[in-house]
Amino acid sequence: MQPAPVMPKTWRVDTKPHKFCPGCGHGLILKCLGEAIDDLEIQSRVVYGCDIGCSLLSWDLFNLDTVQAHHGRTTPVMTGIKRARPELICIAYMGDGGGYSIGVQHLVSSAMRNEKITVIVANNTQYAMTGGQMAPTTLPGQKTETSPFGRDPGTTGMPFRGAEMISSIVQEGAYVARGSIANLRQLTGYLKKALKNQIEGKGFSFVEALSSCPTNWRTDAARTWEFIEKDMAGYFKVGEIKIPGRGEVTADA
Amino acid sequence: MSEKAVTEEKRVFMTGNEVVAWAALAAGADIMYGYPITPQNEVMHYWTRLAPKYDKKFLQTEDELSAGFATAGGVMAGRKAFTATAGSGSVLMQEPMAMAEMMRLPTVAVLQQRGGPSTATVIYSQQEVTLTTIGGNGEGMRVVYSTAGHQELYDYTIKAFNTAWKYRFPTFVLGDGYQAKMREPLTIYDPETRGISLLEPEPFVGKEGEPGKDRPPAQYRNTFNLEEELYEKVMSDIREFEKVAPEIAEYESMETEGAELVVIAHGIVFRAVREAVANLRQQRFRVGGFRPVTLRPLPVTQIKELVAGAPKILLVESSYGQMARLLKEVACGSATEISTFFKPGVGITAGEVEARVKEIIKS
Ligand SMILES: Cc1ncc(C[n+]2csc(CCOP(=O)(O)OP(=O)(O)O)c2C)c(N)n1
Ligand code: SF4
Ligand SMILES: [Mg+2]
Repeated sequence: MQPAPVMPKTWRVDTKPHKFCPGCGHGLILKCLGEAIDDLEIQSRVVYGCDIGCSLLSWDLFNLDTVQAHHGRTTPVMTGIKRARPELICIAYMGDGGGYSIGVQHLVSSAMRNEKITVIVANNTQYAMTGGQMAPTTLPGQKTETSPFGRDPGTTGMPFRGAEMISSIVQEGAYVARGSIANLRQLTGYLKKALKNQIEGKGFSFVEALSSCPTNWRTDAARTWEFIEKDMAGYFKVGEIKIPGRGEVTADA
Repeated sequence: MSEKAVTEEKRVFMTGNEVVAWAALAAGADIMYGYPITPQNEVMHYWTRLAPKYDKKFLQTEDELSAGFATAGGVMAGRKAFTATAGSGSVLMQEPMAMAEMMRLPTVAVLQQRGGPSTATVIYSQQEVTLTTIGGNGEGMRVVYSTAGHQELYDYTIKAFNTAWKYRFPTFVLGDGYQAKMREPLTIYDPETRGISLLEPEPFVGKEGEPGKDRPPAQYRNTFNLEEELYEKVMSDIREFEKVAPEIAEYESMETEGAELVVIAHGIVFRAVREAVANLRQQRFRVGGFRPVTLRPLPVTQIKELVAGAPKILLVESSYGQMARLLKEVACGSATEISTFFKPGVGITAGEVEARVKEIIKS
């Protein structure tokens, strides 16, 4: 008999295996999130919100009270819950399309109001659920279904650095970081700090996680890792960007 | 001048989304604005591949609000602009389309209905009828063509641009996920070789000459100070809409003459009705079928005649009565017995229609 895979305590066993494609980054990010919740022992106080995008597949992933919201609207739904019941720990999990495109106004406004919620954006450089269209995060020259000849920054702009944008508008007390599925221990650490920031009521907390989508990238394992570690990490710097009490931190820190 | 996309008549076998992209090219559309949503995505995918070849443009916007408002901007600039969306995207599309109604902008939107409410399914429904016909905070001054297959998707997408630019009411082609994703044979053609002349777009803003000197400035507003002012504006649009409605309205009918029962459906559901009516006729049931092709404006005269003539009506649709509500308003006051067969978000087969008809006739 094969040993049972190690799962965070907060994961539901009866809904496993999860529904993400093989090689998908979502499962890894949510494993880190599960471990962070385990370590902080907050399972009974968390409300988890997932967006429409491949994150929607996590609606029954955890043993957590969960809301699968409308595309791009997870942030205001979680804001609504937090404002009404501040003792709850509210997590909004979404893709880069949901967070940086259709839902960007909510992300900006909740960061500006310093909402005491935690927003996590899985950046896989495109709209995965709908079949791989260009997203704000698509890299220059990257081919997608709506940039079939490669993303042209001349007509579509440059990729959106969400974590840096958020860090430039939040006030003291906010926590902002960018992790990657290439370093899970570090990512879990960032998620833990973000949640602690919320628990301590310091301010808005935000983590972007560089993620993979071999299905739409049409990459094998080697190229998938290369894309995350070289192409993506070259443009989206991994590290903590804003830590309460320490002001702006340079990426790479 | 870029070369024409469709020059000679050709039999093709395509998905509906591909058909829409080709039809938009054949109609001389200049620019598409869109945001990904299933089951509409491939309209954008084909358009982005075809566009550079024919000197056309595309912009992927940050959401459907933006896609709709950018489409409004495109037509104001004097270009044939269009967008395509579905489901929760159709909901967001209401805000820009309300502005288009207010400013009488000839926007064209292709909607491939999916399940609702909210995200629901990416597959199919007829649940965007209320939204598309009378959504928004206005009076529903819009034209809505509900297609029943790929040939019609081609024909009516082309027609939508002409209708929009002729009457200056926002115009919609209402398809669904089945039509979007299914492959069917059809004939594509250059509309001009069939005697359909394509209307030329005209700019609303950015016209020739210096404003205030060579011409009055072109100024469009979206607000009014007084109730009476707004009333005048809205009523004048309504009067115009009502005047042209009979010209725009279209329908299809089969075997309604002397029928004991007429089945009414729109869009792809009417294909099940066609088959059911043919089968029932063979079994000597006096049954007919009727289909409003335009859901806005409705073919009112024909519907009134129908309900006056047929003792029984059966309304069939893949929603819980969105078409039925529109029709009942027209039929109000008639003595006809109206029955329904509603399957919100689910496809309907000829066999199901046949069974329901027999149930009604035998009862
Ligand atoms: C209003 C609205 N517009 C469009 C969609 C279609 N849609 C579903 S998921 C998605 C994009 C998902 O991309 P992302 O947020 O990056 O998540 P990923 O799937 O890449 O993880 C879109 C556009 C929708 N559900 N609702
Ligand atoms: S499509 Fe991409 S993002 Fe979605 S589950 Fe598959 S690998 Fe993950
Ligand atoms: Mg994504």
